[in-house]
Amino acid sequence: MGTEFTTIYWRDMLRFVRFRALLFSSLVQPALWMAFFGIAMTSSFDRFAALYPVPAGAVAVPYLTFMAAGVMALTTLFTSLFGGISLLFDKLWGLLREILASPAPRSHVLFGISLSGMTKSFIQVIIIMLFGLLIGVKFFTGLTILQAAVAVAGILLFVGVFSLGFLFLSSTISLLMESPEGLQAVITLLSLPLFFVSNALYPAESFPPFLQAATAANPLTYLVNGIRYFAIGPDFYALGNHYMYTAGDVVLSFLALVLFALVMFAIALRTFSRAVVS
Amino acid sequence: MDGPVIEVANLTHSFKDTVAVNGISFSVKPGEIFSFLGPNGAGKSTTINVLTTLLALQQGTVRVAGHDVASDPEEVRRAIGIVFQEETLDRDLTVWEILEFHGRLYSMPHAERRNRIDEMIRLVELELKRDVLVKHLSGGMKRRLEIARGLMTRPKVLFLDEPTLGLDPQSRIHVWDYIRQVNREGTTIFLTTHYMDEADSLSDRISIIDHGRIIASGTSYELKNALGQDIIYIETADDVKTTTVLRTFSEVKDIRPAFRGLSVIITTDGTKCLPAILDRLKAEGIEVMSANLKKPTLDDVFVHFTGREIRG
Repeated sequence: MGTEFTTIYWRDMLRFVRFRALLFSSLVQPALWMAFFGIAMTSSFDRFAALYPVPAGAVAVPYLTFMAAGVMALTTLFTSLFGGISLLFDKLWGLLREILASPAPRSHVLFGISLSGMTKSFIQVIIIMLFGLLIGVKFFTGLTILQAAVAVAGILLFVGVFSLGFLFLSSTISLLMESPEGLQAVITLLSLPLFFVSNALYPAESFPPFLQAATAANPLTYLVNGIRYFAIGPDFYALGNHYMYTAGDVVLSFLALVLFALVMFAIALRTFSRAVVS
Repeated sequence: MDGPVIEVANLTHSFKDTVAVNGISFSVKPGEIFSFLGPNGAGKSTTINVLTTLLALQQGTVRVAGHDVASDPEEVRRAIGIVFQEETLDRDLTVWEILEFHGRLYSMPHAERRNRIDEMIRLVELELKRDVLVKHLSGGMKRRLEIARGLMTRPKVLFLDEPTLGLDPQSRIHVWDYIRQVNREGTTIFLTTHYMDEADSLSDRISIIDHGRIIASGTSYELKNALGQDIIYIETADDVKTTTVLRTFSEVKDIRPAFRGLSVIITTDGTKCLPAILDRLKAEGIEVMSANLKKPTLDDVFVHFTGREIRG
């Protein structure tokens, strides 16, 4: 078992910290989401939520907390969908030739790029959590330090598998595309339905049936379920809906993401092994 | 290794319906500088891409450093170094990082890798640029860095695809010096170029390729000698009549129109032959404006075999 993937990872991270503008925007952007969208929407949504009384003793979650989990998921989605662009740039600037002519296995190239994308998502998700707690998000309430640490680990596990899946997808698209503009177009087209047909920012329970079916096929839904389970708890009310996650639901959500990542990896590797750089 | 380090037999490669390489065969001995000379689009890069496993073999057999490119591409990759035709450097990494990345890509152990990086940076005289980003290097420095990178893993064969393309004359000579030095230390060099002087000055053996076929092979000396002893460039008032007259000389091997006047390939010593030719032309009443005698160059060899200049 070689360690060539660490080489690819090292270079990609080196470039991440070297491009100051990119680094800055990727760190600040998620906080901006929380600050503007979060606070703005919370002030209106919490008025509607007040119309739905919550049973005595049940946990009622303010919208800011509900959507913070969604923002973590959406940020991971966007970052990962664009993560494969390193491969496209390497291809366009001819750098991929050095890598393809080397004995490093192609699976390592995919893993290296994807692990670096995953690291970026981890950093962003942690920023959102910290910034969220700062502006009043009710995450990890009533948990001991140890339980909170387990919860954070659980969130990162979900984020990690989800981001790998989309990074493999993004790598596949990058290998097939000829220009960053093409990639941009495909990814924008993909990200909108993924974004809206999910339970990230509003409940999916009141969707019409065909949209509900689409929601069930959307990996984002499973990531959001996982994050809410670990960050908010297995049983709470938000926006007039009752959310209940059993341990079984969470394991199933996780397995769904693992399956998604495996399928995406197989497709990416197949595409990559056929890639010819002249 | 006693046998050839590169063995190519009946290699054919096509893209859609164009045949880029058409049934070529050649071999390269260990320790040689072997040049593939030909105009752009002749099939040089396609050949090098198949030899370096970047393009999958379609037809024929190719063995590099004792390994078959079709069945054992990983071993071939391990055994070779490549300097690509176009710049293949991450502009946002430093000189040291470029080499570190490459060494790690080839799984070189840490201590060996670090030593080798220092050694390579010294070899190509980039000590002062060690921690400078690639984007701040000159064209010649970048090329030298790429050569250093190609050599880092101590390859059996170093492939150089148009190594001095776009460099100023001074940098070209600098790069040639490194190529010679590296070769003296035992690395076999496979070079493609469309510069005649480059092939002439560096190579032990040359194959000229055009339209996907090898049209002549040998040492530079052999190739030029195959052409003739000397070439006379002659400018007269009547080229047609001159041609008829010159054809009667047994020493004249070939007459072709040149940039101005005619180029005449002769099989004997030109210093003796030229006066006789001039006398004869004068006797025929043909006015001679200028006459020039020179040894054939690879340019002449190329024109002779292909019937056209290498550029244009």
